[in-house]
Amino acid sequence: MTNVSVTVNGQSREADVEPRTLLVYFLRENLGLTGTNVGCDTSTCGSCTVLLDGESVKSCTLLAAQAEGHEVTTIEAMADGDTMHPIQDAFHRNHGLQCGYCTPGMVMAAASYLQENPSPTEEEVREALEGNLCRCTGYQNIVTSILDAAGSMSGAKA
Amino acid sequence: MATTEKYVGQPVLRKEDPELLTGRGRYTDDLSVTGMLWMSVVRSPFAHARIKGVDVSKALEVPGVVAAFAGSDFEWAGPLLMAWPVTDDLKNAPHMPLTTDKARYQGDGVAVVLAESRGAAMDGAEVVDVDYDPLPAVTDVEVATEHGAPIVHDDFGTNESYTWSLTNGKVDEVFANAPVVVRERYRIQRQVPNAIEPRAILVEPNAASGHFTMWSSTQIPHVLRTAMALATGIPESKLRIVAPRVGGGFGSKLQVYPEEALALAVAKKLGRPIKWVETRSENYVATHHGRDQLQEMEIAADEDGKILGYRANILANMGAYLRIIAPGTPVLGGFLYCGAYMGEAYHVSITGVYTNTTPVDAYRGAGRPESTQAIERAMDALARRVGKDVVEIRRMNFMPPFTEATQSIGGLMIDSGNYPATLDAALEMFDLEQMRKEQQARRDAKDVRQIGIGFSTYLENCGWGPSKVIGNVLQYAGGGWEAATVRCHPTGKVVVITGATPHGQGGETVYAQVAADELGLKVEDVEVLFGDTDISPNGWDTYGSRGAAVGTPAIAQAAARVREKARKIAAHELEVPENEVEWKDGAFRLRGAPDVARTIPETAFAAWRAHNLPSGVEPGLEGSAFFDPENLVFPFGAHICAVEVDTETGKVDVLKYVAVDDIGTVLNPMLAEGQVIGGVVQGIAEALYEEAVYDDEGNLVSSTMTTYAIPGAPDVPSIDVGMPTSTPSTTNELGIKGVGETGTIASPPAVLNAVVDALTPLGVTQIDRPATPETVWRAIRDARNGTGGAA
Amino acid sequence: MIPAPFEYERAESIDHAIELLGGADDAKILAGGHSLLPLMKTRLAQPSLLVDIARIGDLSYIREDSDVIAIGALTRHHDVANSELLQQAAPIVADTAQKVGDPQVRHMGTIGGSIAHADPAGDMGTVMLALGAEFVVRGAGGAVRTVAAADFFKGLFHADLAQNEVLAEIRVPKTTGGWSYIKFHRRAIDWAMVGVAAVQRNGSASVALTNMGETPLRAAGVEEALAGGADPATASARADEGTAPPSDAFASAEYRKEVSKVLVRRALEEALG
Repeated sequence: MTNVSVTVNGQSREADVEPRTLLVYFLRENLGLTGTNVGCDTSTCGSCTVLLDGESVKSCTLLAAQAEGHEVTTIEAMADGDTMHPIQDAFHRNHGLQCGYCTPGMVMAAASYLQENPSPTEEEVREALEGNLCRCTGYQNIVTSILDAAGSMSGAKA
Repeated sequence: MATTEKYVGQPVLRKEDPELLTGRGRYTDDLSVTGMLWMSVVRSPFAHARIKGVDVSKALEVPGVVAAFAGSDFEWAGPLLMAWPVTDDLKNAPHMPLTTDKARYQGDGVAVVLAESRGAAMDGAEVVDVDYDPLPAVTDVEVATEHGAPIVHDDFGTNESYTWSLTNGKVDEVFANAPVVVRERYRIQRQVPNAIEPRAILVEPNAASGHFTMWSSTQIPHVLRTAMALATGIPESKLRIVAPRVGGGFGSKLQVYPEEALALAVAKKLGRPIKWVETRSENYVATHHGRDQLQEMEIAADEDGKILGYRANILANMGAYLRIIAPGTPVLGGFLYCGAYMGEAYHVSITGVYTNTTPVDAYRGAGRPESTQAIERAMDALARRVGKDVVEIRRMNFMPPFTEATQSIGGLMIDSGNYPATLDAALEMFDLEQMRKEQQARRDAKDVRQIGIGFSTYLENCGWGPSKVIGNVLQYAGGGWEAATVRCHPTGKVVVITGATPHGQGGETVYAQVAADELGLKVEDVEVLFGDTDISPNGWDTYGSRGAAVGTPAIAQAAARVREKARKIAAHELEVPENEVEWKDGAFRLRGAPDVARTIPETAFAAWRAHNLPSGVEPGLEGSAFFDPENLVFPFGAHICAVEVDTETGKVDVLKYVAVDDIGTVLNPMLAEGQVIGGVVQGIAEALYEEAVYDDEGNLVSSTMTTYAIPGAPDVPSIDVGMPTSTPSTTNELGIKGVGETGTIASPPAVLNAVVDALTPLGVTQIDRPATPETVWRAIRDARNGTGGAA
Repeated sequence: MIPAPFEYERAESIDHAIELLGGADDAKILAGGHSLLPLMKTRLAQPSLLVDIARIGDLSYIREDSDVIAIGALTRHHDVANSELLQQAAPIVADTAQKVGDPQVRHMGTIGGSIAHADPAGDMGTVMLALGAEFVVRGAGGAVRTVAAADFFKGLFHADLAQNEVLAEIRVPKTTGGWSYIKFHRRAIDWAMVGVAAVQRNGSASVALTNMGETPLRAAGVEEALAGGADPATASARADEGTAPPSDAFASAEYRKEVSKVLVRRALEEALG
């Protein structure tokens, strides 16, 4: 067993896990944070996307041990109480989700990207989502949602 | 509180979103029960092999492994349900949850391992020793029908399971005498549905009472309960099935799976909760596939291109076993090989064929994408043959507009239609003239990147389904009605309980919209319950674009019954005869004095207290209804696609896509458009990207998300959607047609026709599916060399 | 899926990593993990020991060293892509890093990890070959050796690295001339079906190919034709000389050979144009 100590959603969390424990299962099964989903086993679909020190990563392709000492942010920490994060709110208003399974990964990928590029074009948003697959929406309303969120987030800062 | 606001037709934001957006929605893998064991299935690596022995002893030595069983360790009450024997002489091999004699496809289950952790269950499954004697395998549907092909089910002596056919008119005569006969051959490649949530199951047994609760990522908890009772012998009355949040289905979770029966059987054996979560690699072989047909499509016409007859011969790959509705899946398209067009004669013959491949069953559109692509591509071939424009050839053959049910040459009694109207609307949105100009300029310049424009003016049948028709005409074993209960709580909140099982479409929202309108309530005061066999009425679940077209009328009827009763209570309280109150602006109002009124919440409170009810009226305010439609519904539309083809590499990009669909009454335009866009993109994926490929030994080559090319956001275009309601359905009072599958039905031929159109100057008249860069490059090369393209 | 069980050790320094790697014959280095973990999850790789080198502090850097840019092996693709120094002094490296994987992969995956993995479908190895880059390899007892990219890629997933050696630094020459890296793939997320790197170096053009054999390959025939004065259209006809591309779920070898000619011509037109 390996002892893993990670700051998750602002709280220090610790557990003894098998070395082979992937970060996503550490989050889901050791910490009960089941909002992060698993959709594939080839690092393709992006459903498991979380932030590691503020940047998007695929938590199915990271050992929990690799996150030792780092800060992890999951979908559960995006809303401020009952107030959704502007990205979540934009997904709601623009019908950016259907079955919802890829959605946490999409939201986290978008959160990371909008920090890098706060006012992207549609094409840039599509490129930024290359690591996240959705089977329901055809991506269109996801892209619209992220562009909408970019607008409201930069508006809020100004 | 009465409200005059109307919700139907409005883009009401989804009720299901907040929990899904914040990570608080609960999918099956998010659930755990104390003491549960993890199940892993040992699967055959061979597509076809005799099983000489299964030894689980090494697995039992793996740390954490608790038990392991081979197929021979189980006694089943019956096979997994196959509900659609489309012909009387169909050959169906009973499908048991684990095979014991032969592995018939790569992924066929031979044993299960139970362990204390997910990882340990996999460790154990790796070391189960199965003694296989590999046999030659057959994966191709045409090869499987040839003499000497390996036989999947030895007892039958053939791989052909059934042949279903339909003939209207003097087909042979029409074809013999027709001045023009177009003959096309298409291979509809196999698809892997790839719902982003893999399947998952959790079973909790109650040893004392003999009850079992199963959570499953399924589209069909109600059907599944009956099927599980038949397979396991656990009575339906002691079996509760819950579909919690389900991460997409697309038909792949419209199934009765071996793992569901196994989890129940193992839970019964061991008396412990059992969890199984499919890995994506497993999903590629263990969850059913879609499509996979070989089509011969013929059109007989006069010299002008006026169609006289249709003839289609279809070989449909069923895979290794017949799954729940597999034989009927191609038959769902069997009435549509004439599209929305007229004619004098029609013949379709569909032969279902066993192969050593993952079973094939319904995938978004189920049978209609196949038939639609056959007719819509053949229409372009006809246009080329008679020298007509592809728009004109469609127009001159459309059935004329109709508002009352009308018979098609394909044998359907169609509710209503106006095919020219959607084509006109699509042309207006597309700006064809400008795109043709650009196309011509590129042709003139001999540009490396050529433009093509493709059309698909489709008609489909959905809204499964009228029980009498699907039972008596189509020989389906089940019904197709839907059930609903509307329950008014004393404080004015209402619960709608439906037998449909939405899983991403937005059913919770549109059902609440309809109920709120019927009862004069705010949409936020209506909660929708579904997907739990202990809570919801015993309905027929969600697939086949039936959620809106069949689920909603049941809710409207149940709400109408609530209102009937509430009217009696309201009149009684207002101390007037019933005919002096009218339902207006969301309340029962005294004629001539509309401020004197009773709302549904007020009558609900009165009915709950029951202090002062009219004589003969029972307490409580609740209504239930079963809605069994008389007919299917028939959405239609026109899709236009422009592509750019790199003629040096063969790479195709979709430049522009316009989808105009008439789906009758639109309950929520935002959600309906979402269905269309998602469906169109899934269809573009089918046309250009996705294919399940088997090698000669029956190994699935495209077996992961890295090798099976589901397109991502950068790979697909935005879709322009138009949704005029010119023809409400006459099948249900609300006028609803289905919308869940129109996109995947319409779009593949629009895209493929566009690719061929781009390459016409190079001599290409035919393109295989999917139109990958290499496929397109080969078509161009063959046309240049004069070795192809003359199909 | 879950990897088969293994032991996990965290290295504090390169020397410590080299020492730990001696602990098992099948030990593997874990950097970003984005080449190795997918193989382990599907159990195609089952090392008994992983040595995590991600915490070695001094292996993530991009710095100028006279006419060379030195890149620490643990530098993430994301940082390579966004390095202003590389964007100016070796823009093909920054540009190609942006084409590797997807944003999540680029946030974890490292340039050293992907080069050492020696996947012939990897983009960065091809660019290194075209640039004539050098790799600094460290071994037991403080041994340091420098290997030219041309000698580094030995075979399919086989680099010139002993089991107890660590790729420490990538040294790329500054490029002042034209360049192009074309990654031809079906989906944005896919590996290259075929890739072409073309770079103007010292007055001549250097061309290398991705996924056209068991290793990244120099398009020697093309380079020879160009040196002989052929124009790109003529020279590119020799793109498939000496190649042995795979046939797989995405394309046949025949198609790869043919399309490589088109892509080489386009890359040359961009690099030399």
